[in-house]
Amino acid sequence: MTSFLVRRVVGALVILIFISLITFYLFYAVPRDPARAFCGKICPPETLELVRHNLGMDKPLFVQYWLWLSAIFVGRDFTQFGPCPAPCLGYSFATQEPVFNAIVDRFPVTLSLTLGASVVILSFGILTGMLAAWKVGQPLDKIASSSSVIGASLQIYFVGPLVVFLLVDTLGLLPRPSYVPFTEDPLTWFVHLLIPWVVLSIIFTANYTRMTRSQMLEQLAEDYVRTARAKGMSGRSVFFRFAWRGAMIPIITIFGVDLATLLGGAIITEQTFTLHGIGELAVRAVQNTDLPMLLGVTVVGAAAIVILNIVVDVLYAFIDPRVRLN
Amino acid sequence: MTTVSWSSEPGTSRGPGPFLSVRDLSVRFSTEDGVVRAVDGLSFDVEKGTTLGIVGESGSGKSVTNLAVLGLHDPAHTEIDGEIWLEDQELVGASSATLEKLRGNRVAMIFQDPLTSLSPFHTIGRQISEVYRKHKGASRKEARDRAIEMLERVGIPQPATRVDHYPHEFSGGMRQRAMIAMALVCDPDLLIADEPTTALDVTVQAQILDLLKDLQQQYGTTIILITHDLGVVANTADNVLVMYAGRAAERGTVREVLSKPRHPYTWGLLSSMPRLTSSVDAPLVPVRGTPPSLLSPPAGCAFHPRCDFSQLVGSDLCFTQRPDISPENGHGDACYLTLQQKRDIRTGDTKEHA
Repeated sequence: MTSFLVRRVVGALVILIFISLITFYLFYAVPRDPARAFCGKICPPETLELVRHNLGMDKPLFVQYWLWLSAIFVGRDFTQFGPCPAPCLGYSFATQEPVFNAIVDRFPVTLSLTLGASVVILSFGILTGMLAAWKVGQPLDKIASSSSVIGASLQIYFVGPLVVFLLVDTLGLLPRPSYVPFTEDPLTWFVHLLIPWVVLSIIFTANYTRMTRSQMLEQLAEDYVRTARAKGMSGRSVFFRFAWRGAMIPIITIFGVDLATLLGGAIITEQTFTLHGIGELAVRAVQNTDLPMLLGVTVVGAAAIVILNIVVDVLYAFIDPRVRLN
Repeated sequence: MTTVSWSSEPGTSRGPGPFLSVRDLSVRFSTEDGVVRAVDGLSFDVEKGTTLGIVGESGSGKSVTNLAVLGLHDPAHTEIDGEIWLEDQELVGASSATLEKLRGNRVAMIFQDPLTSLSPFHTIGRQISEVYRKHKGASRKEARDRAIEMLERVGIPQPATRVDHYPHEFSGGMRQRAMIAMALVCDPDLLIADEPTTALDVTVQAQILDLLKDLQQQYGTTIILITHDLGVVANTADNVLVMYAGRAAERGTVREVLSKPRHPYTWGLLSSMPRLTSSVDAPLVPVRGTPPSLLSPPAGCAFHPRCDFSQLVGSDLCFTQRPDISPENGHGDACYLTLQQKRDIRTGDTKEHA
């Protein structure tokens, strides 16, 4: 287990370095000059040179990358902004605030959104999928299967405003979506995020219903399920004690992949409900050609996905004894 | 004082008879292409403590028959007619609660592929002990001890350690031993072994068959052994039932069927097998043709398209009328050839081979 974790963490670090390297390079491949943007509309050549020097952009690309990378561990001193203690992701070109602080401020919003939606997706998707498999061919199965097709074809920016209009403006059942820190008031946190969670999970849940249903049916046709029946196990205990474990393995795999999409969906959801999360930071960073912010958001996002995927791998071993972690 | 006679209602009980009696069993599956008559009017008996070998090609209805004994067919797609009596209990149409109490308890089954037939997610010990707990109401501790005892009985070394291992940590032969331990944990009266050695290599095959024989001698278990290997039958069974296209082609004791086979299909099966006594050059003769589709089986005798002797019968009996097995008891077969004709064919046959 320990050696497995060490290997995975090392692998994760390599992946993160790769991602940051590519993002870094891509940024310079775009034709817009960040120094010019930073300098303002009227910008004499000497000032532009100075800005470029102060931002460290007159150094070779590789050196710039190294400075950025080392700053995460040892901090860095900027002529322009002053000292930046580790972990330092630089200062935003656009707002001049430390990137790390901006991300730390916004991170809980996106994390709450993503984790909450994951809970809704997995619990609801697996539950309806199991029900559909349990009642296969019966009305309940048909309702679950067809509603999952409808769900899969909906869009966040369409459903979002519609739900807000219906539940908030017309019926007044729920408060307008916003973010209240969990540590401040868990109940308010929950109630205010309920709509974004449900809206974000709608498209995904449908997929998990379908997958769970088909996986359960596949498992139920397996030889070992027949053996369990031949041992005198009841249909119900075969279903809930044997078949589900086999069915969960592919579902967890897909979920590990979907986490990235879910994070992307969280960005759209934040925009739809004007929640001030990482997604908003990312969108603004792209618009402003804000390299440090963009890099910071990308790397933190990638790190989150990589960590969650390690968690998924550990879960594997708990469900399937054939997966050995060492 | 009046004598109360406990004569039971008809259809729920009957007098002393064979241990397992299958009467006119039909199993039909509805598929997208039509109705498959997997078993069509099959009758046979098994006496207590004996072994019946059921032989036939793939798709002849061997496994389907035995899954029907345990009521393991999906009722949504299956129609079962006829009677299956286990002593005085009728199994066709029995409630699922009745069948659940029976399965793994009085009637146990072992399957062909021990790798896919064991749950990969649970330890061997747990898979064995849960049967015992379910049917005997034993405690966790008792069931675990019993599982260890069973593993020991089927010859698994270090059973106390092995009990906590998962199936993927066992070899093929050990998995099948564990499977047998699981099937025997409640001391069943009837054990159905569905090609128990097909997935194993030859030396392990022999060990598993010896194990089944030993266990039968010690505990008096009745065994139905499904196989397509006549060699296995010759070594293990007391009686044989040869099945073809969902019906009985021939039945009798092992000695009768193997040394004086009567049905042309049985002849075919035997001549497709190598023998130690025949010369090395003697060709193996496969049964020509392929098994019929059970969606639309041939009219008359289902074997007639593959049979070389149908013209000997005279008239067109073989093509129009389905033969029933005769005589009723003892060595019987479902063929219109007279015994004299069969003897003539067989002596000619042996001459050709010699």
